[in-house]
Amino acid sequence: MTNSGYSLVFTYIVRRILATIPVMAVVALFVFALLHLSPGDPAVIIAGDTATLDDIARIRAKLGLDQPLYIQFVTWVWGLLHGDLGISIFTNLPVSKLIAQRVEPTITLTISTLIVSILGAIPMGVVAAWKAGSWIDRVVMVFAVLGFSVPVFVLAYLLIYVFAISTDLLPVQGFVSIDGGLGPFLSHIVMPSLALGMIFAALIARMTRASMLDVLAQDYIRTAQAKGLAHDKVLIGHALKNAAVPIVTIIGIGVAGLISGVVVTETVFAIPGLGRLTVDAILRRDYPIIQGIILVFSAAYVLVNLLVDLSYTLLDPRIRY
Amino acid sequence: MTVAPADFALRAAPATRRRGLRTYVRRHPTIIVGGVLLTMMALMAIFAPYLGTVDPQALSPIRRLRWPSAEHWFGTDMLGRDIYSRTIYGARVSLTVGLSVALLASALGLVIGLITGFSRWTDAIVMRIMDGLMSIPAILIAIALMALTRASLENVIIAITVADVPRVTRLVRGVVLTLRELPFVEAAHASGTGFFRILWRHILPNTLPPLLVQGTFVAASAMLVEAILSFLGAGTPPNIPSWGNIMAEGRSLFQVAYYIVLFPGAFLSITVLAINLLGDGLRDALDPRLARRM
Repeated sequence: MTNSGYSLVFTYIVRRILATIPVMAVVALFVFALLHLSPGDPAVIIAGDTATLDDIARIRAKLGLDQPLYIQFVTWVWGLLHGDLGISIFTNLPVSKLIAQRVEPTITLTISTLIVSILGAIPMGVVAAWKAGSWIDRVVMVFAVLGFSVPVFVLAYLLIYVFAISTDLLPVQGFVSIDGGLGPFLSHIVMPSLALGMIFAALIARMTRASMLDVLAQDYIRTAQAKGLAHDKVLIGHALKNAAVPIVTIIGIGVAGLISGVVVTETVFAIPGLGRLTVDAILRRDYPIIQGIILVFSAAYVLVNLLVDLSYTLLDPRIRY
Repeated sequence: MTVAPADFALRAAPATRRRGLRTYVRRHPTIIVGGVLLTMMALMAIFAPYLGTVDPQALSPIRRLRWPSAEHWFGTDMLGRDIYSRTIYGARVSLTVGLSVALLASALGLVIGLITGFSRWTDAIVMRIMDGLMSIPAILIAIALMALTRASLENVIIAITVADVPRVTRLVRGVVLTLRELPFVEAAHASGTGFFRILWRHILPNTLPPLLVQGTFVAASAMLVEAILSFLGAGTPPNIPSWGNIMAEGRSLFQVAYYIVLFPGAFLSITVLAINLLGDGLRDALDPRLARRM
């Protein structure tokens, strides 16, 4: 690449990073506006049906709802920029601290799900495209449609029934961190990862197959085959490499679904992560926690898609900026 | 976006149209399978009172946690309520939410998409907002809205609609931007056709096929989100039986009475599968270029 080529890529990267700022600003504005646009007095709703007038006044003061709107907003954004996500109504602890305590199981679950579904789905999609129209292709497509339709919690309970209740192979629920030994860690994480990864894997398998079919029809693939390259070299070295951009894109988009699924999966498997924190916050109407979690999850999603966009520069040097 | 085939099919002579319909249904059997399953679910929801059901809310403490039997086909829950009746009535909630959200989100997305597709300055602002909203996972938007309102079916529908509008808007805007540059729109413009007539006669009909396909997927995802919200305790109020509610009540009892979760879960999966099959079939039928690949 020439010098100007490098600077073009550099400009693209900087521009792409700057583009995340307005997106996160909209997210922050939405999260703030929600509290004020919702019908009724938020303090009354958050306090619940059994609240006394004192409770309501206390919540109003705690959320700063007794101050003018612009002051509330400035104070809130100022806090955000300093990593202050507010104070939990129920526990009186800083939201950032509560989130930090719960982040490890969620990250562990997400990474293991990503690994399981990507390692499972991409080979399936590649083989389905290579043997398009065969029974293998049909099986993969049926898997893709079924996997997309079975809700996370239904699949989770199915797995628990098969592997924990009727056969006793795996623990019903719970979470063991990787420091607690590889065996217990794996036995606890395998079912949640499978349940959470199914929709994601179905999505990736489908996109891999579609993208591979496109690439396999190209002239350079025929050339590679004609000059006698082995099938695996053509499939992986030539085809998959060129089919990678849509696959990586769908992985980035699919992370949103993964985040939604985390909340449910953690509830079913009693994993003490951010999902459980969300559910507890819903039940207690602890709105600052819900706000903080939305911001953190959305930031994670924006970050993943930033990385996906940046990966294009490595995957396909032809993409122009 | 290729929308020409559908356009063509609509204008074809009646005899060809009928044959065309028959061949494409034969080529896309998923439309039949999905359509039949979905119709069965809809009939079941409508005729719920006549399907051997009892009052889904009727408590019967002495009949708590009975396993499925001739008397209680799907068993009873911890309050002695008949799960079969609750599951059949639960179809009403799921289908209502799916249909309402699909219609509302499509209508709102269509209007906003058409406006942003034609007006450059609203486009810049509205699409920034949509980008921001799309980076919040749909469930979290719905959870946040539900946490601030009282639990009711209407609020569930509104919450899920808000989360789905950006995706529809983006689709419609994309179609409009493509269509605007096509020769037949330019020709209409050049021959003096008014803006609203172009919109009504040329743009709108061509956005409908992709919108229909998207609508089916919105309906399927809305049903899943409703079930998840109810399952987490932030959805349909407990006095209305919904599949998510029944499963939420069976959650803590799963190890002793897994049938409570099993039946509503199976009905939910079958319904979502039916809609996805229908949507896949429609997409293949309306967009043959994509069909060969997906």
